[in-house]
Amino acid sequence: MSDALNIGLAGLILGLALWSIVAREAFAAVEGFMAFGLLLTLAWVQLHGIDVALTEAAIGGGLTGALLIGAATRLRSTEAAARVEGPGAPTRWLAAGVSVAVTAALAVGVLALPVPAPTLAPDVAAHIAVTGVGNPITAVLLAFRAMDTLLEAIVLLFALIGVWSLAPDRFWGGRPGLRQQADPNGILAYVARVLPPIGVIAGIYIFWVGADHPGGKFQGATLMAAMWLLVMMAGLADAPPISRTWLRILLVAGPLVFIAIGVVGVVTADAFLAYPPGIAKPLILVIEFALMPTLTLILGLMLVGAPQRGPLP
Amino acid sequence: MSAATLFGLCAAALIGIGLYGLIVNPHPLRKILAFNVVGSGVFMLFGAIARRGAAAGMGGDPVPQALLITGIVVAFSATALAVALLLRLFDETRSVSLASDAPDKTQPGVDDV
Amino acid sequence: MSAVINLWTVIAVSGGAVFFLAGTTGLLRFPDAFTRLHALTKADNLGLGLVVLGLLPQMDSVSGGLKLLCIWGLVLLSGATASQLIARALVRRDVQR
Repeated sequence: MSDALNIGLAGLILGLALWSIVAREAFAAVEGFMAFGLLLTLAWVQLHGIDVALTEAAIGGGLTGALLIGAATRLRSTEAAARVEGPGAPTRWLAAGVSVAVTAALAVGVLALPVPAPTLAPDVAAHIAVTGVGNPITAVLLAFRAMDTLLEAIVLLFALIGVWSLAPDRFWGGRPGLRQQADPNGILAYVARVLPPIGVIAGIYIFWVGADHPGGKFQGATLMAAMWLLVMMAGLADAPPISRTWLRILLVAGPLVFIAIGVVGVVTADAFLAYPPGIAKPLILVIEFALMPTLTLILGLMLVGAPQRGPLP
Repeated sequence: MSAATLFGLCAAALIGIGLYGLIVNPHPLRKILAFNVVGSGVFMLFGAIARRGAAAGMGGDPVPQALLITGIVVAFSATALAVALLLRLFDETRSVSLASDAPDKTQPGVDDV
Repeated sequence: MSAVINLWTVIAVSGGAVFFLAGTTGLLRFPDAFTRLHALTKADNLGLGLVVLGLLPQMDSVSGGLKLLCIWGLVLLSGATASQLIARALVRRDVQR
């Protein structure tokens, strides 16, 4: 029974992926991609990756979908021109051949994976008690592979700086995105007043339970960013000018706290990012609390895009 | 067939589908979209391998699963940067063509008022 | 007792599935966007509602049940908002024509 369910799920996923490639309109393709992201979430549940499922739903389907749908709407006028540029039949057949070959090679690889599968789960289980957190994924993210998470936070910051640096010179330091015009008494404004309190609590909850259950700062921060974006979309608040000092401090606070604790580890625990025994859990919490606002702001601002309005006089 | 094998094969097919779209779709936004499909396939393949590493009472190997979360977030930031580049290109030239012989509609100064 | 509870779950979840099926059929077959929105909200509101009601007695904690009800409430809110926004955008487009 579960097999039939999985096969149906895999079929739907492949069908939607195909749709997002062959659909004529970019808007329709992106819609297919969003549904694809939601179905992937179910696949992650079937693969026992609940934390990954939450991330996929929030970021893979949600934020990426919103980003692409915004871009598809703005670029609608360019689609007709692009259609003419499509490659001819020989290129298409060659591309299909290459794709089939890659898929076949990967499929052979999947079927030839070693048995028993190599795994680090017993190692994690043996050492998780030292970290004081109950969710093995959080232990990996913030203790065993903390370097990856630190670098990830820095990559996110650099990506945001990259997006900002695409602003025309005259808008540097100004507000990102266009001013949203929405009816102040309309349904969107109503939802933007009702939903954020619930969404913020849900975001903090997901962040907080991440220590011991599926959840964590990325998923929580995405929810918070979504609430912020909703308020901005409804025109109830405007995006802050990127030259604001408080904004820049909050953006670097998370990685800086992370690095500072890492450096302290060199002295107290003999390695960068090593935690002194006994206080691992409080240090992990400090890092997570510092990263949360940084991630929320970065994820939200990345979606709004480059500054498009002049700085304040 | 186990769920890990099934979704591993599904991932292989996703990578192929995305690769095809990446090559044949001329519109850059569609290329970004196709690249995300390839990315999802890679993530799912990695997830299937993580599922095979289930041990010690965990449903999957937590190390690859944690790296997947990192990967999904980084993929989003890369997509956001790519879309921002594309939108800037559109704002400057009113065209997003990647063709080397595309008509050059650049009119410096028009946008800069 | 558990047989009665299980029977309730089967009936309610099946009822929900019927609404989802009907909603999907409507989405595919109805002639214009307004009627399709109508079909869609029926699936969201009643279909999901019946599924949630059916699953409630199966939850082993009160907080789990409350989470289910929250999900239903949030889907009601987002579904109503989204269909309002789509419908208004359609009306505006029709007026402009």
